[in-house]
Amino acid sequence: MSLKKVPMPEQDPQVRNKNFTEVSLGYTPEMAMEEATRCLNCKNKPCVAGCPVNVLIPEFIMKTAAGQFEEAFDIIKTTNCLPAVCGRVCPQESQCEEKCIRAIKGEAVGIGRLERFVADYHMEHSSAVSVPPAPNGHKAAVIGAGPAGLTCASDLALLGYKVTIFEAFHKPGGVLVYGIPEFRLPKALVQKEIDNLTALGVEIMPNMVIGKILSVDELFEDGYEAVFIGSGAGLPTFMNIEGENLLGVYSANEYLTRANLMKAYDSEYDTPIRKSKAVAVVGGGNVAMDAARTAKRLGAETVYIVYRRSEIEMPARLEEVHHAKEEGIIFKNLNNPVRILAGDTGEVAAMECIEMDLGEPDASGRRRPIEKAGSNFILDVDTVIIAIGTSPNPLIRSTTSGLEANKWGCLVADDSMATSKPGVFAGGDAVTGAATVILAMGAGKIAAASMDAYIRSKSEQV
Amino acid sequence: MEVEAPFIARKAKAGQFIIFRVDEFGERIPLTIADFDREKGTVTIIFQLVGKSTKLLGAKEPGDMILDFVGPLGQPTEIEGYKKVCVVGGGVGCAIAYPSAKALFQSGADVDIIAGFRNKDIVILEDEMKAVSNRLFLTTDDGSYGAKGFVTDQLKNLIEAGNNYDLVIAIGPVIMMKMVAAVTKPFGIKTIVSLNPIMIDGTGMCGGCRVTVGGEIRFACVHGPDFDGHKVDFDELMRRNTVYKKQELAESDHVCRLGLEVKNNG
Repeated sequence: MSLKKVPMPEQDPQVRNKNFTEVSLGYTPEMAMEEATRCLNCKNKPCVAGCPVNVLIPEFIMKTAAGQFEEAFDIIKTTNCLPAVCGRVCPQESQCEEKCIRAIKGEAVGIGRLERFVADYHMEHSSAVSVPPAPNGHKAAVIGAGPAGLTCASDLALLGYKVTIFEAFHKPGGVLVYGIPEFRLPKALVQKEIDNLTALGVEIMPNMVIGKILSVDELFEDGYEAVFIGSGAGLPTFMNIEGENLLGVYSANEYLTRANLMKAYDSEYDTPIRKSKAVAVVGGGNVAMDAARTAKRLGAETVYIVYRRSEIEMPARLEEVHHAKEEGIIFKNLNNPVRILAGDTGEVAAMECIEMDLGEPDASGRRRPIEKAGSNFILDVDTVIIAIGTSPNPLIRSTTSGLEANKWGCLVADDSMATSKPGVFAGGDAVTGAATVILAMGAGKIAAASMDAYIRSKSEQV
Repeated sequence: MEVEAPFIARKAKAGQFIIFRVDEFGERIPLTIADFDREKGTVTIIFQLVGKSTKLLGAKEPGDMILDFVGPLGQPTEIEGYKKVCVVGGGVGCAIAYPSAKALFQSGADVDIIAGFRNKDIVILEDEMKAVSNRLFLTTDDGSYGAKGFVTDQLKNLIEAGNNYDLVIAIGPVIMMKMVAAVTKPFGIKTIVSLNPIMIDGTGMCGGCRVTVGGEIRFACVHGPDFDGHKVDFDELMRRNTVYKKQELAESDHVCRLGLEVKNNG
């Protein structure tokens, strides 16, 4: 038995760094069946415990090995409403695959790749349309059509609830459409997952900024019996260094939204984006990798990742770092920006950086970066993209009485995702601060179960 | 232009804005709400045909639909507790100054309006502004209508003539707001300006609309669009608003003609 995963077919790095089509091409049925035979079908299933939505991993892999792909899909779908998304964007190496017994000696089973294959196979071959279950006569509202909200809505709809999702943008999907680029997660695929949801009877209302056009209390007045807040971690953090408002300095949110949601890379669309020669992306997470690889595809000759710690501490998925390097992104690890320098017209002319050393571990458990005195140097760039994190959007918190938040502005929710306001539940980045798609989905799932219990207990009292 | 948007009309307040998108390919464009009718469920917007999106919007006929209309966004203008106010509007900025003047006038304040235009041909909302003010002062740059000169000259005269304003609201081109703030500063008159930076989402997510106010970064979409005119870094705002100018000029052969043709044929 091979110690390594069946390799994933990919576009050539020097070709793909000039286009926006998907990097990984996906397994063929033969590759999937071969990879699936690597699963040992362990009795205690450590991989399942590593999955925030507890996908029945060995079960679906056994079906895959037997070539019963639709059966495999049905198994995944019992706990995961967005498998084609998760197979592509989950950090498997720190979740299911980290727990895989095979990883003790050799590589883990390619669980993510198999999940993706099964989901794609189903989309391509099945014409089955989701049928709405019998209505239970109750209404629930979901704020935000991102991973948390979509999952919560899906689970509630399957229980027979009439669910309405309120989305601030013109298109549902949240970070799946504005943040994660086309080359990593094709938008047509996200739309298919959303179509499945509307086939279940979920109503999606775009262009509805809750907290402005309607308050949470007004949703209750309109007859919604419970409300889920999955509004995400919207506000970009800046570094508060000199030159941050120069022309050519973007938050990663703005850069990616222009490129992804507004499709600035496509000349048919009107939204502009800067034509850059040399770009510095500050940060070491998935968002930084996405921004850097997008800049390269938009035609930048040189793209740097400037990250203050070393590669071991990088929060990005391994695969993204690996793909970025293959595509020619230059990693300036253990470097931190000091200031951004202006040219004559107020545009970015360069960025001054300083080298860093790693000291003792800090509160996050990672070694604290310390400046190396006198090591300043100049990086010649015309564009700077800041990808150092976000904080939760205050729009709902500030317009809803009785909703408790912590000092970072994250909504406070207990283990059942209940907030301090009766009937209001919350999950995803709005509660945790910036995290992953799958954690948000896990929270949406728990919240759906809690909302169901809450509405039942209320209607039994009457 | 009056747009049917009953939910927005129900909540809209003076000083807030909407974001529109005409079609799938269009940009998201913010426009401040000029008026609203809660009963009819409509929101009025007034705009200049400056880019492709506004040209496409201008080419719409009554009864046509546009793809997206989001709002009301931003913080409403503070209108409580003022006795004597001067509202200064410049050009199409008068469309935004008008609802603030109206709200203040209805709250019982004495309202003077100074409305400045380049020339007689582009004067808008004269009757409407007259109806919501104690005095309306019109100026044109070339003297073709009203007093010749800039709004700042008129404002300075009024202040020096002993009008004790406890608030000045200035809405118009950035340079005009900067000059108005410079006029009121020595007199210590509180001055509110309404900013219009480049924006995408309008809910605080992209940070593209960031402005420096009193040395701090503020997002016009959620913290504004109204800010203390004596603290805003106007020069930075003017620079940031030009960020795509060069690129647009380079591409204008392609982009702009398309917009114009649609308008002319439609």
